Amino acid sequence: MKQIKTEIISNKEIATDHKVISLKSAHLAKHSKPGQFVNVKCSGQTAPFLRRPFGVYRVRKDGIDILYKVIGEATKLLSAKKPGDILDVIGPLGNGFSTSPLNGNGEQKTILVAGGHGVAPLYALAEEIKKKNKKTDIIALIGARTKAHLLCEKEFKTLGAKVIAATEDGSKGAKGFITKPLLNISGGYELGDKACIYACGPKPMLRAVAEIANAWNTPCQISMEEYMGCGIGICMGCSLVTRDGRKLTCKDGPVFDAKDIVWGQ
Amino acid sequence: MKSQKAKVKGQNLKVRIGKLLLKNPVLLVSGTCGYGDEIKEFTDLSKLGGIITKTITVEPREGNPTPRIIETPSGMLNSIGLENKGLKDFIHNKAGKLEKLGTAIIVSIAGSNLDEFEVMAEELSRLDVVSAIEINLSCPNVAHSIDGNKFKLTAQDKHATEKVVRRVRKTTGLPIAAKLSPNVTDIKEIAKAAEGAGADAISAINTLFGLRVDINSKKTFLAKGTGGLSGPAIKPVALNFVKEIYSSVKIPIIGMGGISTWEDAVEFIITGATVVGVGTANFVNPSAGEEIARGIKTYMEKNQVNDIMSLIGTVRS
Repeated sequence: MKQIKTEIISNKEIATDHKVISLKSAHLAKHSKPGQFVNVKCSGQTAPFLRRPFGVYRVRKDGIDILYKVIGEATKLLSAKKPGDILDVIGPLGNGFSTSPLNGNGEQKTILVAGGHGVAPLYALAEEIKKKNKKTDIIALIGARTKAHLLCEKEFKTLGAKVIAATEDGSKGAKGFITKPLLNISGGYELGDKACIYACGPKPMLRAVAEIANAWNTPCQISMEEYMGCGIGICMGCSLVTRDGRKLTCKDGPVFDAKDIVWGQ
Repeated sequence: MKSQKAKVKGQNLKVRIGKLLLKNPVLLVSGTCGYGDEIKEFTDLSKLGGIITKTITVEPREGNPTPRIIETPSGMLNSIGLENKGLKDFIHNKAGKLEKLGTAIIVSIAGSNLDEFEVMAEELSRLDVVSAIEINLSCPNVAHSIDGNKFKLTAQDKHATEKVVRRVRKTTGLPIAAKLSPNVTDIKEIAKAAEGAGADAISAINTLFGLRVDINSKKTFLAKGTGGLSGPAIKPVALNFVKEIYSSVKIPIIGMGGISTWEDAVEFIITGATVVGVGTANFVNPSAGEEIARGIKTYMEKNQVNDIMSLIGTVRS
């Protein structure tokens, strides 16, 4: 992890309210792992004051891509940045996903469960799994508000992944939350280690996924979301309760084994 | 020949807190630099006067539920609530690492009663790595109680402040700083009470009580409700407190509250701070302290200030 000034290569809209920004940085290209994040200073002034964390979406040869949703003041400023502009970034931060539960014997499914722009680190993971030549079928379950907000469907398909979508308004795929089609995958059986789940998205979704994984006795890693002040482990803002006591989302996570999280705080 | 000699000598940035000599007036403040472990990856802490650790308590504390951080205009609210692993963990797992940082280590302590303050002061005095103690009398996110009397903040009561400082003073020969709150009607009498009880310095200011509400859910953004406001937004408030304290006590002031740049730091020194604390800025720019120390030196060179001591409290109106 390092504080670096990176050059913006491009900053393009990919879906309603969502953009991908490409950053040039040999350091980030070399060290970024799927599930890790970068903390970005979106404003050159004192407001918005804090940096904003974004999961790594793609690791390229000469840098990384970030997929972000334009939500508030900071992401609006980020959205206005042009190629050639310099961005102050700290990263890569935190611990990423581990592919070690994947045995690669071809009988095991990799299930990715994404809510909204939580799809970003899961796409990075899918690329890594392909790069490592793990023999596994990847199923990407992608949830979004509407069809226009659905992210990365084409990208996952290009990687050879099966895509299952769900939208809250039913404009694409199943109507409702993405956890419904997730439940259908097992066909009522306990999948055990015939599957491995990775999830990123809003907290209620993560909790539901963790409960399903637990019921199936299936390994599950989730990328947790907590409001962060610093991203580097000094403000203690993003503390969460685990079976092993309090942990920091930024430094000890954001990826945790789903079994370790104590929900309901 | 004489002028050449003066040039070689350069600017003197050394300042004192009691018997503690700091190589320059820049500290990282409590709760914004942990115990140095993480932030040292981004900045050379040996270039600073020192660091004030995250507050420790006798027993481990979990802190408040999340969310406990929220952005505000040019600042932020926090309601961490002194999450820390306790005194024993500090002694066994943190003190050793702190020795290697090459900078003065000021340990921040908070007790739930006078005896706890004494226990911590006593134990810390046995550690060579500890250069000084800061008594946190003003955390806005925990309950305060001294001698069976409950306070919103210990630092809101001059008698309670006096009692705690006196007990720590009796226990340790280390320099002590009393960290005061801006949430008071008259900071002068509190600062005087701390000085009278034997404090070597006043740290000011802690955060201001603050609130943010989500208009859609009608809930407060912080799980606890109220939090402490910090960051550039509070700088003018902090400066005014430094001015008031400077006019009321003789001991040095560790001025803090929104310092993000060397210009901010110089403003505090001119107003009356002997030492400057960099806090919330560390979250955004972890090398802010080092940049500020360099900037102060350059300012002194440009303005022919040979000794930083001659700059303190030179404010005019």
